[in-house]
Amino acid sequence: MDKYVLLRHRDTPDIHKLSVYGEYTALQKAVTTLTPEQVINEVKVSGLRGRGGAGFPAGVKWSFVPKDRLPHYVTVNADESEPGTFKDRELMEFNPHQVIEGAAIAAYAVGATRVYHYLRGEFKSVARRMQAALDEAYAAGYLGQNVFGTHVEIQMFLHLGAGAYICGEESALLESLEGKRGQPRLRPPFPAVVGLYNQPTVINNTETMANVPYILNHGAEAYKKLGTEKSPGTKIFCLSGMVKRPGNYEAELGKISFRDLIFGENFGQGMMVEGRNVKAILPSGASGPIVTEAALDVLLDYESVAAAGTILGSASVIVLDDSIDMVWAAGKVTHFFRHESCGKCTPCREGTYWMEKQYQDILKGKATLADVQLLQDVAQQIIGKCLCPLGEFATSPVLSSFQHFQAEYEARATDAKKVVPAKAASAKAAATPTAAKTADTKAVPTT
Amino acid sequence: MADLINLFIDDVAVSVPKGTLIVDAAKRADIDIPVFCYHPKLKPVGMCRMCLVQVGRVKLDRGTGQPVLDANGSPEIAYGPKLETSCTTPVEPGMRVITNTDLVKRAQKDVLEFLLTSHPLDCPICDKGGECPLQNLTLTYGPGVTRFDYADKQHLDKHYPLGELIFLDKERCIQCARCIRFQDEIADDHVLGFYERGRKMQIETMSTPGFDSKFSGNTTDICPVGALTTRDFRFRARPWEITNVPSICPHCPVGCNISLGTRRSAKGGGEWEILRVMPRQNEAVNEIWICDKGRFGHHYARSQARLQKPLIKKEGRLVEATWEEAFSLIADRFRAANGKAAGWLGDRVSNEDAWLFGKLFREGFNSAQLVNRPHVAGLDLVARYGVGVGTNLGNLGQGDVVFIVAGDVEETAPVHMLRLKAAVERGAKLIVANARETKMDRYAAISIQYQPGMDTQTVYSLLASVSNQQSAISSQVAKFAPSDNKIKAAGQLIAEAQNLIVMLGDERPYPVMVQGQYTDAGRALAQACANLVVATGHIGKANNGLLPLWPHNNTQGVYDMLSAQGAEALSGEVKALYLVGTDPIGEGQNLPPTDFVVVQELFLTPTAQQADVVLPALAWAERDGTFTNAERRVQRYYKALPPTGQAKADWEIFRLIAEKFGLKWSFFSAEGVMHEIAAQVAAYAGLDYVCLAETKEEWPPVGTSSDLYFGGTAYDNRGGVGAQTKSLFEINGRSELKWIEPPPPSGQSIEPRRLNRPGTLIDQSAIYEVRLRAAELVKIEA
Ligand SMILES: Cc1cc2nc3c(=O)[nH]c(=O)nc-3n(C[C@H](O)[C@H](O)[C@H](O)COP(=O)(O)O)c2cc1C
Ligand code: SF4
Ligand code: SF4
Ligand code: SF4
Ligand code: FES
Repeated sequence: MDKYVLLRHRDTPDIHKLSVYGEYTALQKAVTTLTPEQVINEVKVSGLRGRGGAGFPAGVKWSFVPKDRLPHYVTVNADESEPGTFKDRELMEFNPHQVIEGAAIAAYAVGATRVYHYLRGEFKSVARRMQAALDEAYAAGYLGQNVFGTHVEIQMFLHLGAGAYICGEESALLESLEGKRGQPRLRPPFPAVVGLYNQPTVINNTETMANVPYILNHGAEAYKKLGTEKSPGTKIFCLSGMVKRPGNYEAELGKISFRDLIFGENFGQGMMVEGRNVKAILPSGASGPIVTEAALDVLLDYESVAAAGTILGSASVIVLDDSIDMVWAAGKVTHFFRHESCGKCTPCREGTYWMEKQYQDILKGKATLADVQLLQDVAQQIIGKCLCPLGEFATSPVLSSFQHFQAEYEARATDAKKVVPAKAASAKAAATPTAAKTADTKAVPTT
Repeated sequence: MADLINLFIDDVAVSVPKGTLIVDAAKRADIDIPVFCYHPKLKPVGMCRMCLVQVGRVKLDRGTGQPVLDANGSPEIAYGPKLETSCTTPVEPGMRVITNTDLVKRAQKDVLEFLLTSHPLDCPICDKGGECPLQNLTLTYGPGVTRFDYADKQHLDKHYPLGELIFLDKERCIQCARCIRFQDEIADDHVLGFYERGRKMQIETMSTPGFDSKFSGNTTDICPVGALTTRDFRFRARPWEITNVPSICPHCPVGCNISLGTRRSAKGGGEWEILRVMPRQNEAVNEIWICDKGRFGHHYARSQARLQKPLIKKEGRLVEATWEEAFSLIADRFRAANGKAAGWLGDRVSNEDAWLFGKLFREGFNSAQLVNRPHVAGLDLVARYGVGVGTNLGNLGQGDVVFIVAGDVEETAPVHMLRLKAAVERGAKLIVANARETKMDRYAAISIQYQPGMDTQTVYSLLASVSNQQSAISSQVAKFAPSDNKIKAAGQLIAEAQNLIVMLGDERPYPVMVQGQYTDAGRALAQACANLVVATGHIGKANNGLLPLWPHNNTQGVYDMLSAQGAEALSGEVKALYLVGTDPIGEGQNLPPTDFVVVQELFLTPTAQQADVVLPALAWAERDGTFTNAERRVQRYYKALPPTGQAKADWEIFRLIAEKFGLKWSFFSAEGVMHEIAAQVAAYAGLDYVCLAETKEEWPPVGTSSDLYFGGTAYDNRGGVGAQTKSLFEINGRSELKWIEPPPPSGQSIEPRRLNRPGTLIDQSAIYEVRLRAAELVKIEA
């Protein structure tokens, strides 16, 4: 197989032009030779899991769409607001036709004639490139009234958001698309049943869509050969933080570890500053529990990462080295959530504000041990009560940083037993649980 | 009922209709689950997270779909991993809900602690304090202390005007969106929204002028904190200092049940005042809503301009006199008139007043020339074919049709608009026919717009398309057979209707007065509407018949009383004229030529200024009485304030004058007058002040005696829900079709009805002036 399934522009420059991308053969195959059910089934068999965070099987989601209530809609999620996530952007800028083709196939599969691609507000220039690709696809007859001369109609539109992280959450995205305030809806009902304008709607991440043409071109079986049994396919890993070579890396799921990703020759090539070690990894941007270098050898697929106590999410791996004050870092993340809390429900709206206040006090050296404990209590108090997952997300960096770096918190308390300078404390914390391993810089080939 | 669901809540077996939310099911079993964002009149949103409970569901076998049974043969229950919001979760068969475990109590404490972190805790100066759900629930379910540092509280504007009537305290708001949802879902005026997000999220008005809705005041009632206050009431009293007196809104024929919140006030010089008007729950009339005119239009009762003493014209000037002087003069002059007396009675007075006015004319003045004002056509037809006993717009739904013609429901009977909108959402169908667009067109299944003056023709077109049965008028009706597909479709709807209500307005070229008599131009329309309900058999049953859109509150009652007293139109010479609560001159009309004029009024109106004797009457809030609303519901209102000056109740004035004629009437209260009405007016048979004061259990339960989380001490209905009187058709079963040829369009323009038109009473509410001015601006040339 080719080196890349998704980031194909890295092998094939100018693939953003239709002339280079070539015909939409997968879409053609779908609309001219397969029934919608057959397409859904193919995607189901492929085991493709959503790349937006939750990893829900795409084909299964498509099959939830009730047949009797027309119209149906497809929306493509390119809100890409998770800190450290920048994969959809690269796909849209450099390999847009694959995204469009995937979305068009999804539309055919679920009987939708309208596809809305929701891009975060800052993606103006990205939208221009996407639009150019859309224009080409329309001109070629791949989109429009009679796709490939059939009676199938597929229209695709771009929509720019207005700068809210929460609009990446699918139901808030739908509200925003409808021109309302971007706030999550109550679920159930789920969008597949009651979605855009109350009609059945499939929502998938941009990267998820980009996988679909490959599945139809090469068959579900070929796709399943990539990755692991439960996490098939390749995934784009967004590597950032204090590594030498941050960026997007495509690899088969479950075939590389955090260590490979950070230190591999074809990947991050090690730490940005020589001699520093990995202190913490945020594997899923701001939203998942933080892990330490103890997790370096965990393989990157949904199951393995979950077994290590965190989530793969959108695979936005942010690496922090041992110069970092973890209280400060967790405080930063908390600031993000406080800022992005939509305010609809009480625990998240008030709790994120309160947690941030606690961080401010701790960082200013105004907090006692009791205040530090209170921070944990507040986080605990949010859990299980929120209307959407954001509130829950907000607690995981706090609680996981406590789990791994409690000493750093306590050292900052005014009534700490022994006042240890923050730096020493963090070094100690990093050293205690698992001795830092020597960095393994052996490169692991991509595929 | 077929669709009952059985479940357990805290081990109590509960049986509720399918679709019921857990929170309501619990309420039925007298189990309180605390809520903030939930309101039984609004769609659930699950925002505040106060109502979290444990929910267990019957475990189903994946293969068979059958319940999994335990060792004892009873279904196994699986509890979810998280607490669930009881306000958004419908009941399921066999469900087990737990509301009283430590887990749930902990969650309630947690959520309350969160809510209070941004709350200013200024209960001691808050209007809501004492009837505040946040206060009540904190005391019942909350933590005793907070761990949040008070110094960390955010500070926001505490006196933010959303419009000229409603203020927002941004700190007190708990972001429950009840106010937004009320405006969106109930009032359908989308004028409020959130601005900013997260902790900074604030209510904002999205309209110019601000908070542009006729129902804005309701948000202050349902706001679960003191964030929304009215300009009228804010910072004027604490709820527990207020005496809530049951009353009926005096402004329109809906007859909303209200509570007058009274207290002695420093601002009012230590005198009793109405500090606020709030809805009083009556699910058959206004539920828990009132319009802004009802809420803010009470100031006339305590106006400085009220007449204090009788006045008698001496040398061209009205000067103060005693009652005795006034009565003697009136008695002399009316005796001298020797039967050539006439009475004009405004339709805002109580039934009791109208009854004794008629009686005084008959027995004392020896005349029956009685006119009720302003003139509306078809009073007798409405009395005969009006909606049947048991009518409740709140019950309309699937299969029911409401036809509105020549009227703007929101402008004439605002609360009906809310209830009709809800009826449409339950499946009722509206047909709206008007010369212009109205808000009701939004909900109409079919909107018909006719040329001004073509109202009657339109009704007959509709009738022609409904039935071609042979009848007394079928040949005439057939001439109007429609070509218009809309009318045909409307006819189809009516033909299929289980129930049909025809709401007729008077937004049509005005009747003109010729020689002191009104031409009965509106009569043709009223007759056409009557023919429609008679021909289709939609009379004499609940939710069927005519429902008028009249400009005043007691048009029906005054008509009932005067007609029972044998009122006749003005026919001959008028030597003495007695006007009560009506101001023809102020409305640009003339009085018939006469020698002597008595005006009984609250204010020195232009008509009163021309009078020979002016008698000061009590305002509705200063006395007892009953009004009959457009659905013929007789409702009691109670004395809430001491009298102004020497003013007397209208009925009492009539009794005292009757004494001058040697009549010994033994009425010592309005209640006594009602006894006689009940004995002599067939439709009012059996009514008395006791049965009118009867209340009933209402659902949803709001108000303090039945629950503590919807606040509002004034909601509680302790004054009675009133009683619907029978229509004449229900009494004697007589109906007939009659033909009145529709008059050709006169070319006259139509003045749209406006709720906020200036007038003698509403002009006294300075707070409402902006609305009145705005209403003048929007006048439309027809
Ligand atoms: C707070 C929050 C933010 C989210 N942001 C994004 C996002 O930026 N992009 C995205 O694709 N999915 C995001 N999601 C996930 C979406 O809700 C949804 O699950 C996803 O778009 C489904 O597509 P998939 O099945 O292809 O992953 C977010 C979810 C939450 C709760
Ligand atoms: S959890 Fe946060 S982001 Fe989600 S609905 Fe509640 S306030 Fe909004
Ligand atoms: S103003 Fe009152 S009703 Fe409106 S959101 Fe705030 S607390 Fe709720
Ligand atoms: S709808 Fe009519 S009766 Fe009700 S409050 Fe308004 S004016 Fe008064
Ligand atoms: S979430 Fe149920 S009452 Fe607010």
